Amino acid sequence: MKLQSRHLLGLEGVSKEDITLILDTATSFKEVLERPIKKVPPLQGKTIVNLFFESSTRTRISFELAERRLSADVVNFSSVGSSVSKGETLKDTARNIEAMKIDMVVIRHASSGAPHFLTRVVKANVINAGDGAHEHPTQALLDMMTLREKYGKLNGLRICIVGDILHSRVARSNIFGLKTMGAEVSVCGPATMIPKNIEALGIRVYHQLEEVVPHVDALNVLRIQLERQKSGLFPSLREYHRFFGVTKEKVDRAPKPITIMHPGPINRDVELSADLADGPHSVILEQVTNGEAVRMAVLYLLGTSN
Amino acid sequence: MMMKTKVLDTDGLRRTVNRLSHELVEKNKGVQDVVLVGIRTRGEFLAHRVAKKIEEIENVHVQVGVLDITLYRDDLRGRLDQPKLKSSEILFDIRGKVVVLIDDVLFTGRTIRSALNALMDLGRPAMIQLLVLIDRGHRELPIKADFVGKNVPTAQGQEVKVEMTEEDEEDAVYLIENDEKEQKS
Repeated sequence: MKLQSRHLLGLEGVSKEDITLILDTATSFKEVLERPIKKVPPLQGKTIVNLFFESSTRTRISFELAERRLSADVVNFSSVGSSVSKGETLKDTARNIEAMKIDMVVIRHASSGAPHFLTRVVKANVINAGDGAHEHPTQALLDMMTLREKYGKLNGLRICIVGDILHSRVARSNIFGLKTMGAEVSVCGPATMIPKNIEALGIRVYHQLEEVVPHVDALNVLRIQLERQKSGLFPSLREYHRFFGVTKEKVDRAPKPITIMHPGPINRDVELSADLADGPHSVILEQVTNGEAVRMAVLYLLGTSN
Repeated sequence: MMMKTKVLDTDGLRRTVNRLSHELVEKNKGVQDVVLVGIRTRGEFLAHRVAKKIEEIENVHVQVGVLDITLYRDDLRGRLDQPKLKSSEILFDIRGKVVVLIDDVLFTGRTIRSALNALMDLGRPAMIQLLVLIDRGHRELPIKADFVGKNVPTAQGQEVKVEMTEEDEEDAVYLIENDEKEQKS
């Protein structure tokens, strides 16, 4: 059992077998998280650097905890106040870090393709923790793990991703991963936030929540980036909430309860109503726990394969 | 060219498990504070069989846990094929308990070393004992079993295969002569 690639750059093109291996391994790591001593030794002696060129709290903490729980040595780097603000290029930053004998790199960057670029300049294993509007593979993996836990399978599940699909790396990774695993994927959002020709990926597009709600098992509600309002993609938060905000009234029209997911952080009562976020069908905190298990699995599988 | 010799048949395996269970009870003067932990996969099956026998002998239920030692292996890196990680299932507290670690074959001792580390991370047991069905020698670490089902002297190139009906067709132990295939611990 071994992953095809020595990096995790995205879920596009990752096989069903590899996704299944990561999810199965993550399920085993969940047991480690239940132990009194939440630490195991497989990455002892490995050094991992978390290169965060974009602000992030939970993804970085989740990766760091996962790394420490596998006994790796961890270095954190954030672009704020670093050599990057002095004008250093990504290539030089990477080369310098490599010269410090790093085994694995976790990178988040505002530019799509930054992790792919890294794989060409450093020898370390590279894990994409979000690059521009491209991919965020560990988020999609934890979403899939949460769904698989709840329904026992992904094949045939009906998932709708709601919100700003155009700028969302979470949406893209989820679409690739879920399609590979045999799920039925749809997206729902304002026309200004849906990429042209997205149907070519084999998914359905809706512009009204009321239309999609009766046909899905789960809604993955994306965070609405408040700064997008300035760029004119939607007129006001209130209007967005009225049409695309996921609320109890809209969800209750479904014949059976719909599972509510959100990658966080939530804008309460904007894209998702507070009662649903805290309600019995919300799996948002499960997603956070699974995020740690999934990241441990990815780090373990890549870190012990060479 | 592969040669397969049966070193323990179905009845033999059953009698051996019975004897091991009696020895375990005798040495510990009963089974108070005793818990069994089987190492995946066949150690787990053995542990359940020993527990069942002890229940017959002593009329006491003994708790059984399963240990996956993958994360503690010393050969995790550098193997061509990654072993599939499974979870440990030890749903009781091992602190202060006499833990009887159970495995099918004792060979280099490296699996047991991993298991000891894995156990220690779950708490501080009062004592750890080791029960194995087959001891085939060739230790690479100073490890010795407390209860041994059968000593099977082997050469390095040979392989001991324990078959149990939980996963295989029959209950039996084979000694396999294999020139090409690399032996494993």
